[in-house]
Amino acid sequence: MYKISVEKLDDLFKKASESRTIYLPVDKENGAKFEKWSEGKKLSNALNTVRSAKDFIFPQTENLADFRISGKNIEVRDAHEELEDFVIFGMRACDARSFEILDKVFLAEPVDTYYKNRREHGVLVTIACTKPSETCFCQTFGIDPTKPEGDVSAWICDGEMYFESNTEKGKTFIESISALLEESGSEAVEKQQSETKEILAKLPLKDVKTDAFGGDKLNELFNSPKWAELSESCLGCGTCTFVCPTCQCYDIRDFDCGKEIKRFRCWDSCMYSDFTRMAHGNSRNSQLERFRQRFMHKLVYFPANNDGQFGCVGCGRCLSKCPISMNIVKVMKTLEG
Amino acid sequence: MQSRMIERAKQLLADGTVNRVIGWKKGEFAYDITPAVFESAEEIDKDFVYDDFCGHNLSKYLIKESRKEGKLLAFLKPCDTYSFNQLIKEHRIIRENVYIIGIACDGKADAEKIKAKGISGITGISSDDDTFTVKTIYDDEKISKSEVLEERCTVCKSRKHAVYDELIGDEGEVNENSGRFDMVTKLENMTADERYTFWRNELSKCIRCNACRNVCPACSCENCVFDNPNSGIAQKSAATSFEENMFHIIRAFHVAGRCTDCGECSRVCPQNIPLHLLNRKFIKDINELYGEYQAGVEDEGRTPLTSYTKDDCEPSIVNERGCK
Amino acid sequence: MNETLIPKIGVVTDIRIDTPDVKTFRVVTPDGKKAFEHMPGQCAMLSIPGVGEAMFSITSSPTNTEFMEFSIKKCGCLTSWLHQMEVGQQITIRGPYGNHFPVETDLKGKDLLFIAGGIGLAPLRSVINYVRDKRENYGSIQIIYGSRSKDDLVDYQEIIDEWMKDDGIEVNLTIDREQEGWDGHVGFVPNFVKEVNPDISKTVLICGPPIMIKFTLGALKELGFKETQVFTTMELRMKCGIGKCGRCNIGNKYVCKDGPVFRYDKLGELPDEY
Repeated sequence: MYKISVEKLDDLFKKASESRTIYLPVDKENGAKFEKWSEGKKLSNALNTVRSAKDFIFPQTENLADFRISGKNIEVRDAHEELEDFVIFGMRACDARSFEILDKVFLAEPVDTYYKNRREHGVLVTIACTKPSETCFCQTFGIDPTKPEGDVSAWICDGEMYFESNTEKGKTFIESISALLEESGSEAVEKQQSETKEILAKLPLKDVKTDAFGGDKLNELFNSPKWAELSESCLGCGTCTFVCPTCQCYDIRDFDCGKEIKRFRCWDSCMYSDFTRMAHGNSRNSQLERFRQRFMHKLVYFPANNDGQFGCVGCGRCLSKCPISMNIVKVMKTLEG
Repeated sequence: MQSRMIERAKQLLADGTVNRVIGWKKGEFAYDITPAVFESAEEIDKDFVYDDFCGHNLSKYLIKESRKEGKLLAFLKPCDTYSFNQLIKEHRIIRENVYIIGIACDGKADAEKIKAKGISGITGISSDDDTFTVKTIYDDEKISKSEVLEERCTVCKSRKHAVYDELIGDEGEVNENSGRFDMVTKLENMTADERYTFWRNELSKCIRCNACRNVCPACSCENCVFDNPNSGIAQKSAATSFEENMFHIIRAFHVAGRCTDCGECSRVCPQNIPLHLLNRKFIKDINELYGEYQAGVEDEGRTPLTSYTKDDCEPSIVNERGCK
Repeated sequence: MNETLIPKIGVVTDIRIDTPDVKTFRVVTPDGKKAFEHMPGQCAMLSIPGVGEAMFSITSSPTNTEFMEFSIKKCGCLTSWLHQMEVGQQITIRGPYGNHFPVETDLKGKDLLFIAGGIGLAPLRSVINYVRDKRENYGSIQIIYGSRSKDDLVDYQEIIDEWMKDDGIEVNLTIDREQEGWDGHVGFVPNFVKEVNPDISKTVLICGPPIMIKFTLGALKELGFKETQVFTTMELRMKCGIGKCGRCNIGNKYVCKDGPVFRYDKLGELPDEY
């Protein structure tokens, strides 16, 4: 384990940004947001960013290809971007796990090369949580916020920041800043971990369980009569989807710029009425069906296709952002109850 | 207030006046309340709540609910009644299927403002006049309610109900000096460049979740132009950043003259964009150009933007004002 | 790397008017080759940049080494645009996507019964011609095909000029309503199936409008067919074609990747949401 005084973090960012772009959560008027580090920007103490870290690897809008049309002919241009190496410094354990979930979708054959490209260029430095909130339920999905995953795990205790690398990529990153670090024992970190664990045991959502869910309960849950009551007030907006670090559904659209046509993909939501609409019909016509799809995907279909892994990391963003406060926790509690 | 509402709801269900009640259902913590339809006294006893976090405007749900079998009891706060009237005017709600109980409101709290004070791990909130005691897994905190009011409640335009079948609590007053246009005036006094920067900065945060549109009582089109693949402008996320701005500008134009300033758009925005300012600008302009007008005061009659008179201002006024 | 979301260019070299609202497009690469190899039942994403992209089943047989064909019904924005095309127009094409009818496994050596309604013949035509070209591998072939009218029978010319003339192929046609110049059967496909009363040892491949499939399946069950004998092909809204964009799922199965071909008993295990 290595450490650096929190006061010297600016030096660390300066050094690290020589070879990579550093992104870190910074405090804004309405909560923390990932921004590119530049002189003077401070690492936020906020529990989490308002938007998840998925923007880095699966941006809201991304150009896939460009077309030029002349007469009857079409010319296609690959729109993969040239990327530079970057570090996401200060992700939380939940967001780190969300990358693993997104990997299962985008890196499965056939590999999504736009995603892979971004994923390979990024180093994830995660920071352990010390003050979880009432909306946190990452423990439900086996996530340990006191030992976050990622290429490098970090802890801030008593004015020092401690690092431990978990991967080769992480090791390389630590080496690149090693001049600023000193070796350290892990006592302070262990003490903090056990203190945080005491808090975790007091969280109001600590008892949310996944036992009632999973791929083997597909038809039973799909046919539950409780979806009607759960979905009755749903506005059909995409807030939950877009603040969710694991929601990965997308749309592909064309935009005519005049000179050329850009084919881009953008986040889409299964909550939207046009998500499955075709010229001759819609397989999910009601909001009940669309609402059910989102939760069935996370709690049943995803684990059915991915060795039991659930498509939720318990970050709690949907709990605080849903305009009508309907969310996966209420869905789980109602369905199992 | 809550106990009187529950009592009355149960009476009306029992005597067959209504077969359903739309209100609010309690959540996991103290503030995560969900609008809900209750069909029995048991359901009401179990989950019905009315407190400082019941900000949701229930009027929009009545479009759907009033088309169902039987009469429905709706609890409406003063600002919700303006939306209700406006929807009646637009023939969206079937009036005879709704029994309205007007309920007093002294402003709703914004949970995000509580959290922004660094309060975390909330497990309960109790209120005593203006003081909230917030129970958390850390230390309990005391804050004053006025500090964490929703923006729209800090400039409340009316505590008077525009429509009701009966009232619980006292009839309030229209607040002529709410100060709700102060921020609009501030924006008007900016230079065009400053204003442009302000709005680009705000609107660039938009994630196109459509929460503002879907919650808006004035957005009651059955198929929104932005959802219609044949419209040519149906976009989820935009190919160019300016398109996001267009979404909000077009929406503001479409609800102009019909927006009652209920403020739901800003309440639900996950990115905290002050969308209500666009609507208030229209309202202020309408007041100045066509005379004082508050949408939703009445449930019939023409609106300034849908009735032509020879005294109307010339269209060139837009141009002149833009050059200021 | 397989740049699966970036399409290739296809040139439309022939356009055949099949019915008042169905045209069949022949597509090759700009250098005159097939864009890619496929198996019967697989699909491809066709697009006109700026208009849209959508999934279509490949109607030509893989045994055709020169070109691919797509029979497309005009029903939406993109298909209307495709119907306005002239020969020589370039489009974009990517694929092949999805699974295929099990022509080399479950269907091999079997007597086959094809049942189609309207444009539903399109995906089956690929299998029919594949089986005709590899005749020795399969038993008898029976085709029951119905459409609204004689004019709405897709591939009518090919049916009477080729299929009906083949040895060992029985073709039963029907149209919904009486029509001048039609002396064949009149009536809906499900009832026609019962009248034709095919041997229940046959393996069935079925495609058509959902309502036709539903009632035909009922008819087949009445006759004694089991769900394990019946294969169908599905269509839902698709964007990516590779099981990632998240919209064409039925339960945990993606139609673009795990389908479009499903054996009926397997489909029955999935939620009723298609």
